[in-house]
Amino acid sequence: MQFMLLFSRQGKLRLQKWYVPQADKEKKKITRELVQTVLARKPKMCSFLEWRDLKVVYKRYASLYFCCAIEDQDNELITLEIIHRYVELLDKYFGSVCELDIIFNFEKAYFILDEFLLGGEAQETSKKNVLKAIEQADLLQEVCWFLISAGGPPSPLASSRTRLNPEVY
Amino acid sequence: MTSWSAVVGSQCLSLHQGHLPTCLCVFQRMPAPIRLRELIRTIRTARTQAEEREMIQKECAAIRSSFREEDNTYRCRNVAKLLYMHMLGYPAHFGQLECLKLIASQKFTDKRIGYLGAMLLLDERQDVHLLMTNCIKNDLNHSTQYVQGLALCTLGCMGSSEMCRDLAGEVEKLLKTSNSYLRKKAALCAVHVIRKVPELMEMFLPATKNLLSEKNHGVLHTSVVLLTEMCERSPDMLSHFRKLVPQLVRILKNLIMSGYSPEHDVSGISDPFLQVRILRLLRILGRSDDDSSEAMNDILAQVATNTETSKNVGNAILYETVLTIMDIKSESGLRVLAINILGRFLLNNDKNIRYVALTSLLKTVQTDHNAVQRHRSTIVDCLKDLDVSIKRRAMELSFALVNGNNIRGMMKELLYFLDSCDPEFKADCASGVFLAAEKYAPSKRWHIDTIMRVLTTAGSYVRDDSVPNLIQLITNSVEMHAYTVQRLYKALLDDISQQPLVQVSSWCIGEYGDLLVSGQCEEEEPIQVTEDEVLDVLEGLLLSNLSTPVTRGYSLTAIMKLSTRFSSVNRIKKVVSVYGSSIDVELQQRAVEYNALFKKYDHMRPALLERMPIMEKTASNGPTEIVQTNGETEPSVPDTKHPPLVTQPANQANDLLDLLGGNDVVPVIQTTLPTKPASAGGELLDLLGDLSLSGGPAPAPVPSVPVSQPPFLLDGLSSQPLFTDIAAVIPPMTAYNKNGLKIEFTFERANPNPNIAVITIHATNTTEADMTEFVFQAAVPKTFQLQLLSPSSNIVPALNQGSITQIIRVLNPQKQQLRMRVKLTYTHKGLPVQDLAEVNNFPPQSWQ
Repeated sequence: MQFMLLFSRQGKLRLQKWYVPQADKEKKKITRELVQTVLARKPKMCSFLEWRDLKVVYKRYASLYFCCAIEDQDNELITLEIIHRYVELLDKYFGSVCELDIIFNFEKAYFILDEFLLGGEAQETSKKNVLKAIEQADLLQEVCWFLISAGGPPSPLASSRTRLNPEVY
Repeated sequence: MTSWSAVVGSQCLSLHQGHLPTCLCVFQRMPAPIRLRELIRTIRTARTQAEEREMIQKECAAIRSSFREEDNTYRCRNVAKLLYMHMLGYPAHFGQLECLKLIASQKFTDKRIGYLGAMLLLDERQDVHLLMTNCIKNDLNHSTQYVQGLALCTLGCMGSSEMCRDLAGEVEKLLKTSNSYLRKKAALCAVHVIRKVPELMEMFLPATKNLLSEKNHGVLHTSVVLLTEMCERSPDMLSHFRKLVPQLVRILKNLIMSGYSPEHDVSGISDPFLQVRILRLLRILGRSDDDSSEAMNDILAQVATNTETSKNVGNAILYETVLTIMDIKSESGLRVLAINILGRFLLNNDKNIRYVALTSLLKTVQTDHNAVQRHRSTIVDCLKDLDVSIKRRAMELSFALVNGNNIRGMMKELLYFLDSCDPEFKADCASGVFLAAEKYAPSKRWHIDTIMRVLTTAGSYVRDDSVPNLIQLITNSVEMHAYTVQRLYKALLDDISQQPLVQVSSWCIGEYGDLLVSGQCEEEEPIQVTEDEVLDVLEGLLLSNLSTPVTRGYSLTAIMKLSTRFSSVNRIKKVVSVYGSSIDVELQQRAVEYNALFKKYDHMRPALLERMPIMEKTASNGPTEIVQTNGETEPSVPDTKHPPLVTQPANQANDLLDLLGGNDVVPVIQTTLPTKPASAGGELLDLLGDLSLSGGPAPAPVPSVPVSQPPFLLDGLSSQPLFTDIAAVIPPMTAYNKNGLKIEFTFERANPNPNIAVITIHATNTTEADMTEFVFQAAVPKTFQLQLLSPSSNIVPALNQGSITQIIRVLNPQKQQLRMRVKLTYTHKGLPVQDLAEVNNFPPQSWQ
């Protein structure tokens, strides 16, 4: 995979992961063009399109478009599964994920992505293992935070959302 | 892992040594920077872009001063906010160094944000990124695996070649660890290192030894990716890893046969990601190797038949399987199985699956043509699909499947498609139809009808070179002339907006107008039309705003030609003289010359305007670089489609040769009109030979005398030579010299258009036998246009007793360096000879 973009129906970027070096200006240009192209697609069209010399695989989940640029020898259908797996991970982590979760916790979305893919390829094919690793890393972060803040550990009655997303920064 | 609090807690303490006191001091110094989520909330309340920009600028200023304070506590928070603003599109480069500081921090939270920032803000173009190297090196050896993971991830995502070189050793070490969490990341990191610094591939070889014996799927998956990368890059690695085929087959088999495994299950399939990667690696290993291909035959058949196809995930595996089967040396039964899978894909409701099927079929249609033919009707149905990409592939595939047996049926579908498809398809579809029709037309009448259909439905989209091709085709179908001209005439009555149609029609009417008015059509009911009606139509084209200059040229010439076929010569004379003062230079020139033909050379007119002979076809008419070849050349004197320009002094017999050289130079190249074949050269000589011998009125056969310009060369004087005498300035060159055949190029520039170089080739033969049936063909790069005129003959006499001359005109609007590829064919001593050569030694003056 060369890059992955997440953007809203209004074309606002929510996440960008580049696996091939590009100048900032070029990234902006590519993003702008691709977002325009994908948003112009009609619902009846298939999830693949040829763009420059790459294949683009995209899928819409509620108000978010997930868009991946893959190379010629990559399998488009399994890329759809990769996208789906990422959405499932986000869903499990945030509990019925919606766009707002990704907006307000964008860094978490990146952390999860980085536990699932590395250098554009899947590093872990078990959902459970990815989520476990994230949980452990989150705990590492949380404990650090507990040590500095005056508040102490959160109440066990706190919802899973607040527990996972303490205002660490 | 034991209870998290104990392990994590202790690790945290080590990360936080000495940190606590600072926090308390900070709180007294200044208000804490606002939290990330607070900032996001605030920015989202902005109602306009300007308001947002203002908020961002304010916050950036605060962050900047905070950075200046070297505040450790809130650095993480500030960088996180910066990253958010960066995603909105605002500059964040001043945070780059701060990311580095975060990475160097002992706090896990800092490192997490620091590495994220590095991946988002830094790239290998900036030297700053190299400062990361040491931190990453330390973190690769950290006691906490999550820190090591961060380092591996960052290196594997954006590590530059220098970083990769420095840290490859660390990665290699981690590739051998027993910790599967780290091992899988190290494998993908190694892939990145190899991509950046291919020479380092060797050092990872020992570590790959027992990668595939891992039970952990993450490690297996990433190992297969690593092995794939190595095999794709190095043939040595490829042969080395071929021995892994049995092991890979075993792993794949286990995945298919094993029962439900909750951890890796996706809709009833066990770890589809791993299955797909294994299939891909098998493809590479089996590619040109019979033994490996055989070893994987069974498993491929098994996967192909047992995989559940109701969901996308199963089809993803089948897709990869098909690609593998088609690429390795599989037995024919397996190949047929693969194509049938694709056939089933075509019937799938899911358009993604149909798309993928068409793409794959396109790849295999050459090698497994018959198998793909069986699915022809389904493919043709896909022409009606709503998706643009599917339609395009279906169209390409349909053209690939057309053959002599199915041409009628297929053409019906394709023409229907042409009628209704989007404009972006029309040009390609039209070209495809022409090509297919040419190859497989069951009858001449069918061929002409098909062409007519294309011209009338997609006439404005056909390629420019279709026009001469079609004209040639029409000339060659002698018995269809009457039918063709009638149909074309009727089409013109309906619609004169589609230029290629109009051009072909005008040409035909000019050529076969006599058949038209005499009502000779056999194929269909002959129409009744008078000469005046025909001339009305042609004059209408001249006057219409829809006609391009090129089309007008066609019409005027057609009208002129009718002067020998119709009786209403006076009307034609009037038209021609009117256009003698047209502001369109091209038309004016023609008109003036035709006028002269009426006035001074009327006795030559019938011969000059007589019916065209059948043209030889020399090259295919696909979209190639060869714009024109021997069969289609600029008219020489006998065919006055293009009025030749003569600027020669009169009364000299040796002017004949000069005349031949000069005649074909015309300022405008766009019109690519076919004319007499090579043999015409001889007739031309005879014609002019008679002229000069009889001492007739004017030695120069057809002068071009623009009335408004000073007196022309008839008088032996020229105040305005048509081409400047650059011949002396551009040195000649030897383009080819082999086996006794020597070809020299001499150069001239066509004065009115400095982008055109006129090259005359002189072919001579030093051997003792003649070279007969000599054909010279040339091709130039795409930015050029080339026109090849009639050669003087097609025999290169032996022992330099004579030569063939031929003129090439090259249009070079972009003034690029001239290069040419030439193809020579001839018969020598009874044997056919063919040669291809590149000509790159053009003198700079010829193209600058």
